[in-house]
Amino acid sequence: MNFLQTLIKGEQAMFKPDGLTPMQKLTLRFVVIGLVYYAFAVIEGMLMRIYEIRPIPAISTNQFFAIMTAHPLVGIFGSTYSIVFGAFLFLVPFLMKKPLWSIKLANWNFWLVTIGTFTFWFSGFLTHYAPLYTLYWPLPVDFTQFSILGGIFFILGIALVMLGTVFFVINVFATITYTPEGWDKQPSCALLSSALGISGVRNLFSKNKKEHLVSLPVAAIARGTVDVALNSGIIIFTGVLILVYMVFALFGVSLKDTAIDALLYKNWFWWGLDLVADGLVLIFVAGTWYLLATLITGKKLFMENIARTALLVELIVSWTVWSHHLLSDQAQPGFLKVLSGEMVTAFELITQGLAFFITLATLWSARPLKMTNPLKFLLGGLLGFALAVPAGIMQADIGLNRILHNTQWVIGPHVHVAVLVGLAMTLYAAIYILFPILTNGAQLYSQKLANFHFWGQLIGGIGMGAFMGMAGLHGMLRRSLYVNGEFNTYMILAGLCGALLLFAFLAFFFNIVMSVGINGVIGIFMPSKLKTKELVPAQE
Amino acid sequence: MVDSTVVLNGQTLAYTCYCLAILLVMAWFGYKITRPGKDNKIANALFYSFTGMLVVLGVSLHIVTFNTIPWAPMDLNRADIKADKVFNITIEKHKFTLPEQTLNISCNEKVLFSVLSHDLTYGFGLFRQDNSMVFQMQVVPGHPNDILWQFDRPGIYTIRSTEYSGPTGWNIVLKDAVIVTCNTTANN
Ligand code: HEM
Ligand SMILES: [Cu+2]
Repeated sequence: MNFLQTLIKGEQAMFKPDGLTPMQKLTLRFVVIGLVYYAFAVIEGMLMRIYEIRPIPAISTNQFFAIMTAHPLVGIFGSTYSIVFGAFLFLVPFLMKKPLWSIKLANWNFWLVTIGTFTFWFSGFLTHYAPLYTLYWPLPVDFTQFSILGGIFFILGIALVMLGTVFFVINVFATITYTPEGWDKQPSCALLSSALGISGVRNLFSKNKKEHLVSLPVAAIARGTVDVALNSGIIIFTGVLILVYMVFALFGVSLKDTAIDALLYKNWFWWGLDLVADGLVLIFVAGTWYLLATLITGKKLFMENIARTALLVELIVSWTVWSHHLLSDQAQPGFLKVLSGEMVTAFELITQGLAFFITLATLWSARPLKMTNPLKFLLGGLLGFALAVPAGIMQADIGLNRILHNTQWVIGPHVHVAVLVGLAMTLYAAIYILFPILTNGAQLYSQKLANFHFWGQLIGGIGMGAFMGMAGLHGMLRRSLYVNGEFNTYMILAGLCGALLLFAFLAFFFNIVMSVGINGVIGIFMPSKLKTKELVPAQE
Repeated sequence: MVDSTVVLNGQTLAYTCYCLAILLVMAWFGYKITRPGKDNKIANALFYSFTGMLVVLGVSLHIVTFNTIPWAPMDLNRADIKADKVFNITIEKHKFTLPEQTLNISCNEKVLFSVLSHDLTYGFGLFRQDNSMVFQMQVVPGHPNDILWQFDRPGIYTIRSTEYSGPTGWNIVLKDAVIVTCNTTANN
């Protein structure tokens, strides 16, 4: 096949979208949109990288900060949430060997996240609404700096995403507990209690130990989904509060912003935000590592019961660590800083360290392994967290936070290494392992491109984090601009690493498009011809 | 009190060494698992030792920093420490207002910087001539924000808002606003 034929039909025309089940299409759509929004985030990231070397004349500072506001939200909601939702809505039924509770709800979920993300991105783009995702009160309602209408559409966009997220939560728990048509009655309560870890805790204290009803990855998904639910509750609540101020302002009534205590607000909002970073991301990632390790090796997970317990501990820990984001807030009570900010946060070193060890030990037990794409990316993801978690633990220290908070250190070696190396590479590993299952055996166009993607992502991600970190240790603030080239050596090096990340992604994207073909991409978005609740087409 | 660069250098060294070590470990692991091996079972003892190490690390980090970073205990106990000098600073509409044109400090004085915001959330940080940071804190409206500090060497420092306060507020800087002088005969 020549290049053009491959571009249109995919590698050896192996991918046939007509043969996909509605469930396969659903997941593929989520993944495609997730990758498209990842492209948004990468391009925005690259624009900011250039801007931090030298401001681009065509972009005003207002627009720069609007980009900075949209970038993490597009990355987390538009990209990560889409990919994770798509994968888990497929995996929960796959692992439980029963159909998804509602494909219709899942389709709504898909459209709400897709349209919601576009809405907030576009209103930020047009109106430069830029309170940054931390939304420190009363900045989001400071209409001397921001357009009211821009803000309203921005918040509405976020609200749509959150509604979609709630649908995901419902679908996951309903799928775990419901009884499909024609099945024997399922023990809903027992399933739920196994998924959440309640029965596991009970086992610790009782003599007649019960079997785990749900598998470990499903338990991880369920526990992470608890944080998804709590987080969307906090964001919806905060969004409504901000909307009330905006709607009143629209009608010329200015509500007193001092009615809300800025520190209390900061506490509850960080409590909610941390359910993403220190909650669902860590839990979902650990669960995905376990799943990948068992799928790659075909062996049982090393220390499975401890792994289960660690997932539960991580869930509870994620509710109690928010104060590590307020270590530099002088009015925050000292006992919260020490207890929640330092001590409980230190548990994350233990839970994440255990997940790391257990995954490596499981892989080790199946030596020799072939260095496949899923394995490669899994190792990359493990390395990403091995680098980023200790950086986080160091920041979560009253002494060190004084000189690290709000510097590029936080956002470089910690956040970007966690997200681009730890999280993204884990997700790529999952995408590679699901690819043949979701596409009924489509062929990858080029292994060379896959390798380039791997190394580019790994070196670009770690490199960018490192150079941002060095700038941060030399005093460079985040969310700030240095227009006299104060930190240019680091910023140029970080920019080069950013470019590598961009090229790595382009290589991956091109590789996937060439694998399934443009016809294939379009076909994914056409209604399925198969009327089935099955995940994969029945074998003929 | 030691200057914060000392702490920063120590931290940088420790973290860099760790990063290099874990990179090597992962590279080694990635190579090893593609080779056949005799003993594939990981001993439980190794696992429990690793867990023990994590616990020790997690607990000891904060104990060590608390006992070696001088501003950490001072910060937690600052309500009970009498400051030698207090500077009351306010910020509103993206502008700091200082009690004096420049804040003059002597070495080893305990200085309290107390910053009030009348509108948004800001930050308050002190920076050296080379843009590196001495310390920072958040400035949350409606609450007292104060930090106690002791300088052990002379210097001229710049004040910057260290928190984003909207696109208008990316450059809230008071250049060379703090001057620390050391009287060589002063003993402390
Ligand atoms: C063991 C795991 C983790 C620990 C101990 C930890 C700790 C911390 C701490 C202490 C901070 C506050 C730094 C400061 O502002 O001074 C922070 C910030 C942050 N972390 Fe983590 N973290 C962990 C995992 C993660 C993960 C997995 C993610 C993302 C996927 C993440 C994303 C973030 C983000 C985005 C911030 C910046 C927040 C801001 O805007 O101020 N963290 N982390
Ligand atoms: Cu956190």
